[in-house]
Amino acid sequence: MEVVVLVVVIVMLLSAVAVMLFKDFLAALAAMSVVSLGLSFLFVVVRAPDVAMTEAAIGAGLSSLLFALALRRLGLWRSQ
Amino acid sequence: MRRFTAALFLLGLGVMIAAIYQHIDFGNTAVNAGQEINAVAAGETGAANFVTSVVLAYRGIDTLLELTILFTAAMIGGMVLGRRRVDAPRDPDAGFILRTGADLLFPLLLVVGMYIILHGHLTPGGGFQGGVILAAAFFVPLLARPGIMLIDQRIVSLVEGLAGAVFIIIGLLAMFEGYEFLTPLYDKGELGALISAGSLPVLYLAVGIKVGSELAGLLAHLAEAEALD
Repeated sequence: MEVVVLVVVIVMLLSAVAVMLFKDFLAALAAMSVVSLGLSFLFVVVRAPDVAMTEAAIGAGLSSLLFALALRRLGLWRSQ
Repeated sequence: MRRFTAALFLLGLGVMIAAIYQHIDFGNTAVNAGQEINAVAAGETGAANFVTSVVLAYRGIDTLLELTILFTAAMIGGMVLGRRRVDAPRDPDAGFILRTGADLLFPLLLVVGMYIILHGHLTPGGGFQGGVILAAAFFVPLLARPGIMLIDQRIVSLVEGLAGAVFIIIGLLAMFEGYEFLTPLYDKGELGALISAGSLPVLYLAVGIKVGSELAGLLAHLAEAEALD
């Protein structure tokens, strides 16, 4: 189990760095929701399923949607 | 200057995390309210999911304030976004796959959202999580066919207001019975049964409908706002 957690943490860290490095806004958005998904997996591991559901629904789902719609309104909704 | 501030912030954060790491073992907090609640929650509230009994019974006012914060945020968001220009162009309908997927997903998401809300006192989940899924359910058709009006905005506001009022009225009912505000009422029933835990499922249903209609309204508003080209 610890190996899985370690892999998830590394993926989260890499995608958090990728959010800053990506020039493409959509790719950065996707990387951001990967961080949230990894976090919700970690919440399941530490036996907090309620928090995990909230993180998956709000962190990965709703906030990505809000960011995507904001990008569209700003005219940055373009894949390079 | 900005780089310096960022470095200072990172340094402070690092020192704080190191201090916490030094003094508190991971997963071993000094607070023992958790054990206490684990021991008494099932008997006191009748909810099989102890998180729900904390959220709605032990800290009901906290949840009410959380709803207020969400309401204020959604309202300010709507105010900032403003109204749509009459002559603004609309996006064309999405492709076949997204349209068919939206038709399939809409009822499925509705059922999942309602299930999570109604089983909030039994299994993980509840009003907030289920409400977000309900909001997503009402947003999916809007993604597939921009510009359709699934439900009137005024009805959404009305439902939202009523749900918020139900939450407060249940809290006030407890005061009429002679308890404190938002004390759980009615028969606790059998632990783990769908109809159990007294007024907690009703409270969570109100929370779910309020959160769902609020976020659905905000998402619809955001999607309506014209895209710049």
